Amino acid sequence: MSAVPYPREKSIALLTDMLRIRRLEEKAAELYGAGKIRGFLHLYIGEEAVAAGCMPAIAAGDNVVATYREHGHALLRGVPMGAIMAEMYGKREGCSRGRGGSMHLFDAARRFYGGNAIVAGGLPLATGLALASLLKKESRVTVCFFGEGAVAEGAFHESMNLAQLWKLPVAFFCENNLYAMGTALARSESQTDLCIKAAAFGMATLKVDGMDVVATHDAATKACAHVRSGAGPMFVEFQTYRFRAHSMFDPDLYRDKKEIEEWKKRGPIHTFSARLKAQDHLSEAQFLDIDARVMREVDEAAALAEAGTWEPVEDLTRDVYTT
Amino acid sequence: MTVTYREALRLGLREALAADERVFLMGEDVGKYGGTYAVSKGMLEEFGPERVRDTPLSELAFVGAGVGAALGGMRPIVEVMTVNFSLLALDQIVNNAALLRHMSGGQVSVPLVIRTSSGAGRQLAAQHSHSFESWYAAIPGIKVVAAATIDDAHGMLGAALAEPDPVIVFEYPALFETKGELSAGKVDIAKARVRRPGRKVTLITYGASLPKALKAAEELDGEVVDLRVLRPLDTQTILESVRKTRRAVVIDESWRSVSLAAEVAARIMEQGFYDLDAPVARVCSEEVPMPYARHLEEAALPQPEKIVAAARAIGA
Repeated sequence: MSAVPYPREKSIALLTDMLRIRRLEEKAAELYGAGKIRGFLHLYIGEEAVAAGCMPAIAAGDNVVATYREHGHALLRGVPMGAIMAEMYGKREGCSRGRGGSMHLFDAARRFYGGNAIVAGGLPLATGLALASLLKKESRVTVCFFGEGAVAEGAFHESMNLAQLWKLPVAFFCENNLYAMGTALARSESQTDLCIKAAAFGMATLKVDGMDVVATHDAATKACAHVRSGAGPMFVEFQTYRFRAHSMFDPDLYRDKKEIEEWKKRGPIHTFSARLKAQDHLSEAQFLDIDARVMREVDEAAALAEAGTWEPVEDLTRDVYTT
Repeated sequence: MTVTYREALRLGLREALAADERVFLMGEDVGKYGGTYAVSKGMLEEFGPERVRDTPLSELAFVGAGVGAALGGMRPIVEVMTVNFSLLALDQIVNNAALLRHMSGGQVSVPLVIRTSSGAGRQLAAQHSHSFESWYAAIPGIKVVAAATIDDAHGMLGAALAEPDPVIVFEYPALFETKGELSAGKVDIAKARVRRPGRKVTLITYGASLPKALKAAEELDGEVVDLRVLRPLDTQTILESVRKTRRAVVIDESWRSVSLAAEVAARIMEQGFYDLDAPVARVCSEEVPMPYARHLEEAALPQPEKIVAAARAIGA
């Protein structure tokens, strides 16, 4: 067990961030069971170290593009938990006014461009956001999160080529949780080393342990610095695992239960907590205190969503066009 | 000034690039080659490689990059060589360009302009000759326009760039050599236009079928309505003309089934039924992939004789 190389305050913030995602999603799952949240709900539980490590490395002026498993990314980008929960409820107070739901969280003011539920659909978008920054000579980085399932799509290959060809300021953060819905990487890809795919475009790459928030944070910091320096795009593979099924509809029959248990031993929250405790940066009482604070935030978010209002049906056709 | 349709497109593009620093052009062979149809000839030299960008053959990525660049504050013009190729980018056009505004609860706009060419008539066979305007016109969130005249070829691009939402501009290679007078004024992309007044029948069309409809109208004393804007349709102009002539033929170069012609006919039924003296007729392309052989291609397309026959059949 290696020591965490950060000041205590920074470590506690990372831990708190992971807990905020975990507790938000546990509550969302509970509310899904209660029928308050409908549609698809894709939980990130198990993968929290990726978003928690990356988000503090991304500047406020940068752009973020994410997938349909993006509750954690939106939350740590600064979208209020209540606005996320209200969105899952379909309420007007939601961050997309109830038009998007769990898969389409947006916050333009925080430069959070979704919430994209077409696998690899965010990559061309991120490439274009980066092109705009290049043309406007901004020092903005665009960070694009996507799962390993996306590497099978043409959009991945086309975007990687375009980004590298034009040296665009975009960081491609691949969250490899080993399963594209129910299909294991090895059952769908002839080349399972994702960095080799990126390297084929001449792109700089990094492969990191996605269960370790220190590793993810350091990698994201390095990648953002590389991109911001004007050296062109970078691809980072975060090797991670989701503990829950693909969505609430998924009976999870394609994975060995033992495999899930093995990965859970590497769970990002308890392993990081253990390291902090070992170096006296955290006590059990302090952990419980943080958790209690997070739970209060979650309860308040759920209460806000519950008390939220429904958009009047007369407004149904608004926001299809700007004018 | 007398110019060709192609020159009008080029002038419009040049003016758009000159008018706004945020405007840039990207697509296959738009730069060094000078544009597949020579529309962007000279632009690379004039505006430089930053703003006139040759792309790889990656329609999905560069159209999607156009969406992203629009989100990022630019005013991209993305050229897709032909409408058949645009199908490779359909995901980004539908799932991102058209939906982002609504999905985000109105937080973002996508001021993207896609230029593409459509239609048959040059023996380019099945994969380079189709008309999918109606597919795009079916999608809420985007605007679709069709340039059938010199003024529209010149002005629609500028009008499209002034829109806050995605616009697809259809251009027609079959019309590229047509010549006409270019007027100085700007064009709108809101209204259909009566291109020829007449009394006996309304011929409603768009794009490359416009000259054919105008020719047929000579024989019929027909009134010709050029739809121009395919989404949202200007139903009012159609109904006003039908109220006058009491007969309508819709001419559409796309396949008949589930076509724009079907939509126009349905709207006349819904809102102009009691103004009609006869059922609405349609002249569309035959439901066959576009053949290569010249006589078969001609037979597959709407032609002035077919339009005249269809109008006669409903008593015009």
